[in-house]
Amino acid sequence: MAKVLVVDDEPNIVLSLEFLMQQAGFEVATAEDGEGALAEVEQSPPDLILLDISLPGLSGFDVLEQLRHDPRHARLPIIMLTAHGREVEREKGLALGADDYVTKPFSTQALVEKVKALLAEDA
Amino acid sequence: MRTDPVVLTVAFGYLALLFVIAAWGDRRAEQGRSVIGSPTVYALSIAVYCTAWTFYGSVGRAAEFGPSFLLIYLGPTLAMLMAPLLIRKMVRIASTQRITSIADFISARYGKSSSLGALVALIALIGVTPYIALQLKAITLSHAVLVNYPEAAEFRLVEESFWVDKSFWVALVLAVFIILFGTRHLDASERHEGMVAAIAFESLVKLVAFLTVGIFVVFVLFNGPFDLFRQVADSPHISGALGLEAVPGGAIGWAGTLVLAFLAFLTLPRQFQVLVVENVDERHLARASWLFPLYLVAINLFVIPIAMAGLLLPAGNSDPDSFVLTLPLSAGIEGIPLLVFIGGLSAATGMVIVETIALSTMVSNQLIMPLLLRSKRLHLSSQGELAGWLLGIRRVAIVLILLLGYLYHALIGDSYSLVTIGLVSFVGTAQFAPAMLIGMYWRGATRSGASLGLLAGFITWIYTLLLPGFAQSGWLDATFLVQGPFGLEWLRPYALFGLEGFDIYSHALLWSLLVNIGLLVGISLFTRQSPVEQTQAALFTEAMNPGLQHTSLWRGQTTRGELKSLLNRYLGASATARILADPQGTQADDAPAPPTLIARAEQALSGALGSASARVLINSVVRGEALDLESILSILDTTSQTLEYNRRLEQKSNELAKIGEELRAANERLRELDRLKDEFVAMVSHELRTPLTSIRAFAEILRDGKDLPEEKRIHFLEVVVLESQRLSRLIEEILDLARLESGRLTLTPQRLDLVALVRHSVDAVHRLQEDRGVELKVDLELDQAPVIGDSDRLEQVIINLLDNAGKFAADENPRVRLHLSRHQQNFRLSVEDNGPGIVQEERERVFEKFHQIKRYGGASGKARGRPRGSGLGLPISRGIVTHLGGRLWVDDAPTLNGACLIMELPEAPTA
Repeated sequence: MAKVLVVDDEPNIVLSLEFLMQQAGFEVATAEDGEGALAEVEQSPPDLILLDISLPGLSGFDVLEQLRHDPRHARLPIIMLTAHGREVEREKGLALGADDYVTKPFSTQALVEKVKALLAEDA
Repeated sequence: MRTDPVVLTVAFGYLALLFVIAAWGDRRAEQGRSVIGSPTVYALSIAVYCTAWTFYGSVGRAAEFGPSFLLIYLGPTLAMLMAPLLIRKMVRIASTQRITSIADFISARYGKSSSLGALVALIALIGVTPYIALQLKAITLSHAVLVNYPEAAEFRLVEESFWVDKSFWVALVLAVFIILFGTRHLDASERHEGMVAAIAFESLVKLVAFLTVGIFVVFVLFNGPFDLFRQVADSPHISGALGLEAVPGGAIGWAGTLVLAFLAFLTLPRQFQVLVVENVDERHLARASWLFPLYLVAINLFVIPIAMAGLLLPAGNSDPDSFVLTLPLSAGIEGIPLLVFIGGLSAATGMVIVETIALSTMVSNQLIMPLLLRSKRLHLSSQGELAGWLLGIRRVAIVLILLLGYLYHALIGDSYSLVTIGLVSFVGTAQFAPAMLIGMYWRGATRSGASLGLLAGFITWIYTLLLPGFAQSGWLDATFLVQGPFGLEWLRPYALFGLEGFDIYSHALLWSLLVNIGLLVGISLFTRQSPVEQTQAALFTEAMNPGLQHTSLWRGQTTRGELKSLLNRYLGASATARILADPQGTQADDAPAPPTLIARAEQALSGALGSASARVLINSVVRGEALDLESILSILDTTSQTLEYNRRLEQKSNELAKIGEELRAANERLRELDRLKDEFVAMVSHELRTPLTSIRAFAEILRDGKDLPEEKRIHFLEVVVLESQRLSRLIEEILDLARLESGRLTLTPQRLDLVALVRHSVDAVHRLQEDRGVELKVDLELDQAPVIGDSDRLEQVIINLLDNAGKFAADENPRVRLHLSRHQQNFRLSVEDNGPGIVQEERERVFEKFHQIKRYGGASGKARGRPRGSGLGLPISRGIVTHLGGRLWVDDAPTLNGACLIMELPEAPTA
């Protein structure tokens, strides 16, 4: 069973994503900030990360950059989540090596589809 | 070492060195690397003021009359300190009018009058020749002292042949020098760079020589100044002779000598030459105005000590004028007397060189040329080249002047002391001062007034100083000195109209200047100026008016060809080509000459011939007249109007620049505001999207998941409701903030009791805090706290503070304390918690919009269900409190060690 790591500092958003991913048949781990996310990846590497950009402490971009510089996680699928709708952020995320970029609020169905597609591709 | 051959070799070797320096200066000038383009050289050249009279005579005068000799140097010091006002104007006038001498200056001021110029030249010649003689006498005398010591230097020139006199040969060498370096160029207003360089060098030599003998006398013959002064104090007859009371004529003598030196410094032909004609840059005056007085201080430093020593020591038996030489000679020293002799020689030759150049220029331009032009103008003009003539006249003049000076020296020089001759000359040339100085500032001074004043002053000078001098030399019957001419006592030359008690110089100066100025002013008031005079008067008095610099003053008509042939005759072909060179290409000879060109031609001729002759020549080819006074004044008016207009324009453009600057700053501020607004909008959208995301996600989950368990459905629906509330609250806050910032927040201030309000607010949050496990302690020191405020808004603030404190209190055993107290005329409400606190640099930033306090490490609010803040509560609270005239800030928590927010509101005035 594929494992998805949900990283967001909004408890209710984490709650909704956790539920959606479990419903889609994935194992779910959560983290509420960048440091937590990196620790989780180190402890038990997930198959995909849903990563919010504005986090307290290390931002989502920082986490993305660190992971991409680590050869073990260079190809780990990562979907960036953001409440900033600006195009520059999207481009920055993609340039840093994010696999996809989803603007909040998002369509739950579309998000689940994206996750599934990325995991299938990966497999 | 003091044998004749050695002394002569050294002396003529020194003169040869002068030739080398002058030739070097001229070569450098030709290469365009002028050595005199420096204010220091300028100041040194002005020191030509210090002649052999200073070098030998100062000590003599000090020995005889005490410190009065200093006045001779105080006058020039005064003049130099006034240089920025007075001399600068003279320099400016001289350079625009191409003035060649003081005679030219005065002639130009009074309508370029030939007769006035001739009069000035004549007076200068008569007045200054004795002064040149004085220098030659000093050379003869010092040579005799040097060679004959310890024998008395009895040297009666009249009894010897002139070729035995060394100063005759010196004069001859000087004539060659002056002809070589003083008449290289035809244009007398061009600088004599080599000559000026040599003069500046001579000033250094005489200073060094004098300082050397001074130091020798004070520190070798005596044990320093104190030893010398003590010995003088022990000899009452000497200290008395050196006291202030020794000045002849008392206070009047002081004042008279001071004025005399001041005027002579400006009017002596050689001073006018170095100060004005040879000035290469007006700005040099700035440094010279303090450097030259400094030079005077240095060269006078040892005068009194040397005079004292001369009177104390056996050498005192000799003539005080020779103390400088006899003192070191008496000590048996050989080198220093020789150096002194060279110093005296340099002082004498420097003066003779410059004075002769100045006089020869005057004689040729003011006396001979006008005569030649007048008597046989046609005859003269018919001869081709006249440039050679001009130089020839000047060279002959040089030889004649030196010869005249030598004759004066040889015939009557013996009967005068050095000082006497000098002061007689001073009074003579001081006669130029009224015409020159008054003419520079009073437009109404006329030619007739100046001429008659000058003539009368000159005659008075002859009668009160020159004739008595001749009489005392035995050339005239001296009885008229005592009894007056024809027995008329009130006409005694030294006590005119019964004026007694003056020294002879102050007496002569007073009477001569009195008649001079009186006639100048009196006659000017009753005579009219010719048009040219009016023009020149305006040009002189308005010299510092910048509008005049480039004004053409000719209205007449002529052709280029006529100007060309005129200039060719007097200046030579190459100079003519340079003057007529047209930047717009060569023009035909029959083309009309523009006024600027006529003016340029006149200026060029002025530089060579003096203004009066130049005017006559230009008039001979130009049909029509120069501008009359009205035109000049209207030009001046227009210029001043233009200047005023320019000034206003400049003012306006400055204002515009300032406005532009302000606009730019405003634009900068607007841009910054715009950027802040964009940022705000981005943050608002971010904050709104967050609850919206949860709402949409759970709504979709609920929509899609028909088979959700009941408890999950209820939980998710609760989340949707809570997030919707959060969204509403957020929107409310954003609107509040917008209203606060735009000033449209409606507050209804009324008198209320803060204590009651606090109780009410605490009640409102109590339940919630309890749910979160927060221990809230309320500490009210007062029963009543009347303030003016909006109760709803203030309650909002208090609840916000309590809410924040609850959120940031420690995870374990969270505690919050509210404290209300009086602080002077204010009430203070503080809310503190036992959380991590707020670091110093964050304390102001918490009042920024959307600023979220970072909480590291600690468990999230999720654990205790504390919702995140929007980051707008504190900015809004501060806005409200500020609106109500209070303050809100962060401080250290006094009891709980966490954060502490303090609100202060002024006490309401008693109703």
